[in-house]
Amino acid sequence: MSRLQSPLPVLNPADFASGQEIRWCPGCGNYSILAQMKKAFVALGRLREKVVIVSGIGCSSRLPYYMNTYGFHSIHGRAPALATGLKIARSGLSVWVITGDGDGLSIGGNHLIHAIRRNLDINIVLFNNRIYGLTKGQYSPTSPLGKVTKSSPMGSIENPIHPLSIAIGCEATFVARSIDTHVKHLSMVLERAARHDGTSFIEVYQNCVVFNDGAWDYAKEQDQKADNIIELEHGKPLIFGKNRDKGIRLHGMEPEVVQLGKGIAEDDLLFHNENCPEPSLAYLLSRMRHEDGFPEPIGVFHCVEKPRYDRKINEQIEQAIQKQGVGNLEELFRSGDTWTVD
Amino acid sequence: MATKAERLAGKPVQFIEEATVRFCGDSGDGMQLAGTQFTTTSALAGNDVATFPDFPAEIRAPSGTKAGVSGFQIHFSSRDIFTPGDKVDALVAMNAAALASNLADLRGGGIVIANESGFDQKNLEKAGYDTNPLEDGSLDAYRVYPVDMSRLTREAVRDLGLTTKQADRCRNFFAMGLVYWLYDRSLEPTLNHIELQFGRHPEIAQANTRALKAGYHYGETIEAITTQYHVEKANLQAGTYRNIMGNTALALGLIAAAQRSGKRLFLGAYPITPASDILHELSRHKNFGVLTFQAEDEIAALAATIGAAYGGEMAATATSGPGIALMSEALGLAVITELPMLIIDVQRGGPSTGLPTKVEQADLFQAVFGRNGECPIPVLAAKSPSDCFNIAIEAWRIAVNYMTPVLILSDSYIANGSEPWRIPEVDSLPKIAIEHPLPEDQSGPFFPYQRNERLVRPWAIPGTPGLMHRIGSLEKQDIVGSVSYDPANHQFMVETRAKKIAGIVDDIPLQEVDGPEQGKLLVLSWGGVYGECITAVRAARTAGKSVAHCHLRYLNPFPKNLEEILQSYDCILIPELNLGQLRMIIRGTYLCDAVGLNKVQGKPFTIAEIQNKIEELV
Repeated sequence: MSRLQSPLPVLNPADFASGQEIRWCPGCGNYSILAQMKKAFVALGRLREKVVIVSGIGCSSRLPYYMNTYGFHSIHGRAPALATGLKIARSGLSVWVITGDGDGLSIGGNHLIHAIRRNLDINIVLFNNRIYGLTKGQYSPTSPLGKVTKSSPMGSIENPIHPLSIAIGCEATFVARSIDTHVKHLSMVLERAARHDGTSFIEVYQNCVVFNDGAWDYAKEQDQKADNIIELEHGKPLIFGKNRDKGIRLHGMEPEVVQLGKGIAEDDLLFHNENCPEPSLAYLLSRMRHEDGFPEPIGVFHCVEKPRYDRKINEQIEQAIQKQGVGNLEELFRSGDTWTVD
Repeated sequence: MATKAERLAGKPVQFIEEATVRFCGDSGDGMQLAGTQFTTTSALAGNDVATFPDFPAEIRAPSGTKAGVSGFQIHFSSRDIFTPGDKVDALVAMNAAALASNLADLRGGGIVIANESGFDQKNLEKAGYDTNPLEDGSLDAYRVYPVDMSRLTREAVRDLGLTTKQADRCRNFFAMGLVYWLYDRSLEPTLNHIELQFGRHPEIAQANTRALKAGYHYGETIEAITTQYHVEKANLQAGTYRNIMGNTALALGLIAAAQRSGKRLFLGAYPITPASDILHELSRHKNFGVLTFQAEDEIAALAATIGAAYGGEMAATATSGPGIALMSEALGLAVITELPMLIIDVQRGGPSTGLPTKVEQADLFQAVFGRNGECPIPVLAAKSPSDCFNIAIEAWRIAVNYMTPVLILSDSYIANGSEPWRIPEVDSLPKIAIEHPLPEDQSGPFFPYQRNERLVRPWAIPGTPGLMHRIGSLEKQDIVGSVSYDPANHQFMVETRAKKIAGIVDDIPLQEVDGPEQGKLLVLSWGGVYGECITAVRAARTAGKSVAHCHLRYLNPFPKNLEEILQSYDCILIPELNLGQLRMIIRGTYLCDAVGLNKVQGKPFTIAEIQNKIEELV
């Protein structure tokens, strides 16, 4: 009991580091994400023993080994399902799923969509580097059409999918995007995800320095990012550009890039509403792609409340107990027709 | 029902030791209900009973076709019985297709009660008959009673304002009533059932009641049926009994195991025939704290089960062969992370989708070997419907004592079959003690792969301060549990996991044998073929043959004394509903030249098939 009475320990990011030697390539975007996660846990005041990080297979999925929390490095694509069982069993834990574009959207696509729709209070962080890293450079479900890789020497002939569009289509209650090297933004997004009551889904643009270096340069480089990304803020108009002179306006159902000034005021622009119960706005934002001439939004796309599976499953148990009383084995065994032999 | 006085005045009652009845008709004819009601009634009358429901995979195959025939067989007896019976004494056939596909199992001189309206031109054509078997003399070897059940049932319910379709739905009750009379059964239990089931629809309740009684009185009245039969009470062990199906018994066993070990039960499952009833049953018992999770597929079912096991609950999954195939990779994860959980495989005919509603024992290799890498899992097999209860508790005991997934093999024959279960006293069930490491026990860092004398690692529950650790699918360094690619460590860990599972042999009972300790022939069996084997072996011994029966519950590891037992007989016969899977393992393990009897027809053995093989060998 003395433990409970003593003040909560004050931790710093280093307390969240396990002793395990980190084996990501030098310069990998994962280092930054790992650092921001540690900072976020400190900022959130999370106790290490209350955090469980569950992962699948791939470079990103090694992350649990590097955190001094509880961790479960599972098998390819199945982390959302494993996390679901864990969260049902121990709903008081802070459960994080670390996955990648291959792990989460290819082999584990089925589990990802069902975990999201069930809306357990878990946090799913998808590191998107648009390539298979650990298997050394094949195209992934998010690789662009035409991408030349080891398994697509003449260019990929598959249409890429967009992680946030998938999440929104699965009735996600919290959808956000950030970038590995935008450290403050990433910390903010991780903290908000952790505080969300339900499944949070975060896509992080992550650079694979060996097999797909520069894939996100347009969104990361100092001289390009202002024109190529747009930071979403709740209740604010969608404005971007080095000089903050460009905006997004709705033309019917289509977004369009417009120049501010020339007869177009801020009030004419699309205003972000992350709490909109209807997810169409979030979906529309998730469809804005660099290759189509749009700035790509980062920040919180969608944040709404819906019933949580992990809460409901335990509520049903309480309801059953209220209605039927606490289960009694003797009675259970004797239910139905019985007879006695003397 | 007939009072004694009426009996004296009425038709003669012939006392018989046992009888086997089969109800069969279209999938929508209510034959499963008829069967289960007749079973309950016979059990309440004090008979020993064993049942065998047999139904198609399709919910409603085209009516009148052989593909849509659903059957339910009940063997009831005044002595101990172990099987639903080889040959049928009385066959109720609701249509021509039902007769065509079941007649082969009727014994010579047996009774056919045929619903005449199911033998019209259309039905005969669908069943492949050129002429009506009820009229063309082809059934002369049997006692055939054609009954116009449709007309008689419609008449019985005439003034209740039912549509013809609704009236026809009561036909199964008419058929039941007739069979109840034939075997001198009380209508009481079924009348109670009708009240319970249809109480909210009085006109339906009334109609079913009238149809049941009409059938009974028809038997009393009709001159063609001259004799009534009576099977006396069986001499069962004293106690309170209920009739139980294997899947229900497994579900109750899981709940009992959770309660006796102070855990909440988590079941992660994806619906699959013939295992779904375990999910259904457990979903009804949430007031026992049972958490049921219907996953998106079997892969997720086991992954979630692993998650719940890691979270410190009693975790289990229930599936069939195709589901186990999908779970193979996750089973490896359960083995390498050394977490306790139960994996239930209710076997069905394979490969692939195979015969979803039919029996086979062809998942033994899959259970024992079906994973990548050196991946040992203890395997236990239930032998009968009621044994499924005990096996769940025993499997959980092994799982937690050895920190390992345990695989339970059942099959569709015992999962859907039923028999009387002597209800145990709760206090007589074993208590399963589980220890989780606590923060105050920790003087230094926590090591997830620090093993005890039985090579078992600790089960630390996430959320416990000071015990933070990482586990996973990559090989781990002995003791400390960090990722390790060290060759010597891998060899050590592979061998240690194998030794741990092999060591379970010291914690399970010695194998027992029914019959002489040495002799000419040993019949070695496992799983749901128990009843047929023991009945055949005992019959052979009564006929003076030197035969013993050895039925395995533990298939990995095998009991310590099995080798010695195998060496005590001149010949070993292994009857299996596969092409010889246990035989190959026994040969490989003990260099023992066993003989097989193998059947893969989606049907259980008959006692006669095993008897004939014994005859052939000794």
